[in-house]
Amino acid sequence: MLRFFISRLLQGMIVIVAVIVVTFLMLKKAPGSPYDKERGTSAVAREKLDQLYGLDKPAHVQLWMHLQKYAWLDPGPSDRYKGKSVVEIIADSFPVSAAFGLPALLIAIGLGVPLGALAALKPGSLEDRAAMLFATLGICAPSLVLGPVIAMVFGLELGWFNASGWYDSGDWVLPAATLGIIYAAYVARLTRGGLRETLAKDFIRTARAKGASEGAVVFRHAFKLACLPLLNFLGPAAAGLLTGSFVIEIVFQIPGLGQHLVSAAVNRDYALASATAAFYAAMIVGFNLVVDVVQALLNPRIGFHES
Amino acid sequence: MSAISETPWQGAWRRLISRPGSVVSLLFLAGLVVLCVAGPWFWPYSESVQDLERAASPPSWSHWLGTDPLGRDLAVRVLKGGQMSLLVGLVATLVAVVIGVSYGLVSGMAWRWLDAFMMRIVDILYAFPFMVFVILLTVMFERKLWLLFAAIGAVEWLTMARVIRGQVLALKKLEFITAARAYGATTGQILMKHLLPNVAGVIVIYASLTIPGVMLLEATLSFLGLGVQPPNASWGVLISEGAASMQAYPWLLIGPAVFFSATLLALNTLGDALRDALDPKSMTE
Repeated sequence: MLRFFISRLLQGMIVIVAVIVVTFLMLKKAPGSPYDKERGTSAVAREKLDQLYGLDKPAHVQLWMHLQKYAWLDPGPSDRYKGKSVVEIIADSFPVSAAFGLPALLIAIGLGVPLGALAALKPGSLEDRAAMLFATLGICAPSLVLGPVIAMVFGLELGWFNASGWYDSGDWVLPAATLGIIYAAYVARLTRGGLRETLAKDFIRTARAKGASEGAVVFRHAFKLACLPLLNFLGPAAAGLLTGSFVIEIVFQIPGLGQHLVSAAVNRDYALASATAAFYAAMIVGFNLVVDVVQALLNPRIGFHES
Repeated sequence: MSAISETPWQGAWRRLISRPGSVVSLLFLAGLVVLCVAGPWFWPYSESVQDLERAASPPSWSHWLGTDPLGRDLAVRVLKGGQMSLLVGLVATLVAVVIGVSYGLVSGMAWRWLDAFMMRIVDILYAFPFMVFVILLTVMFERKLWLLFAAIGAVEWLTMARVIRGQVLALKKLEFITAARAYGATTGQILMKHLLPNVAGVIVIYASLTIPGVMLLEATLSFLGLGVQPPNASWGVLISEGAASMQAYPWLLIGPAVFFSATLLALNTLGDALRDALDPKSMTE
């Protein structure tokens, strides 16, 4: 168990370091610099700035300094918003993204799992067809379609919520509903597939033969195994939902992490862009680690082996 | 029921067209491609001509999908945008398939340590926040179209590589590969002559499921203003423009959104049907 955990942790660390290095190299190669927009920077001042930020040193020394800063969790000040550190910016915007991402995750699971289970237990029935129609719609109406439509209907036409912005206490509802419905569609598909495959297995027949009730068969025996593919999906999905969806934050004009990344890239705010990338990577790695452990606990056959 | 002399591909085709859903999807997609490629030539309006007297008019007999605030016919812009979206979908999928299949074949045939190493790289790349990288790439460098293809293709090959490698591992234990080896076939010959034809079905399945994913990624990037740049149009660009003015001119959002969603639906339906048709074992229904 411990060995499995450590090997996974190590692999996760490699991912995070790789992300930091690749972003660093990419931003180094990119044309332009954060000082481009400041006019009248004299040659002397540029030299001073370069010295201050270590930009006069060879690339590998810069990379090493860069990694050291991240090792101390202090990537430094933003290149764009003077006087703000990137840690402050992330700390300000991450809770905003999580405030609609977490309810979206709960909607996705709370809506998707029962729908998928219902469909799997009554294959070919009206319930099955209705649930799968919903799942198909979720796949065909991605956030860039569903988001504006929901904003138009519930925000502009009915006027129940603000169509955009982040001012009132109810502003999380529409973005959370949009994301929740889309992810619920995927969750329902995965639940249905996993449960139907599991219910056809021999140990389920044995459980039924022993006289276990239908509820016990489904929830005590089948569900543990059936939710493995779902868990695989939920790890990265949870990381993505909590850190905010780029499209949803643009549609509903929410000052979350996703919007910050897009604007950091556009503004050539290198410090903020690479710190955000590293933060995203850390979230994905963290959730994948949780999923790996939960999966191994649920299914003894997967076990805590290294590969 | 089935003819004795039927090849596997003929059987797959028969199973495919026995489903009404996949026939409708096929016809829809074929019609869409013809309409998008040839349509703009015959259309009474051009996508760059402005008719300011009829600017921002709702759908009518003369402009089926209405016009935008600059007086451009929306229908012809949707067709032009469809050209771009379908082109990105096909080319980026091709990039993903070539990378994924080559990587999977090599990994599956290579020495065990190399295979383990290559698959570890795939594991690591799976955990990369790819949307972040694609955003950085498209912003940092000039927004060239080929870069968009390459960036999207480079993101979408991972699943393909895993699946192909799994197939190769299963196939290379079978007798006909041993026989080919005994006859003195080189690894390259085995790859090209014996393994590739046997994984062709899987490649078709995953390629067909990759196309809608790629088109969605392109639309998302264009929606964020990072993909196809105006005045060029793609469905993502049009949906983004429509979303920006949906309060005043809702038809600008509805037209392109309906086309985009219908195409995704058709592609997904066809992909699922292909999976069942090419791999009868997986058919649980």
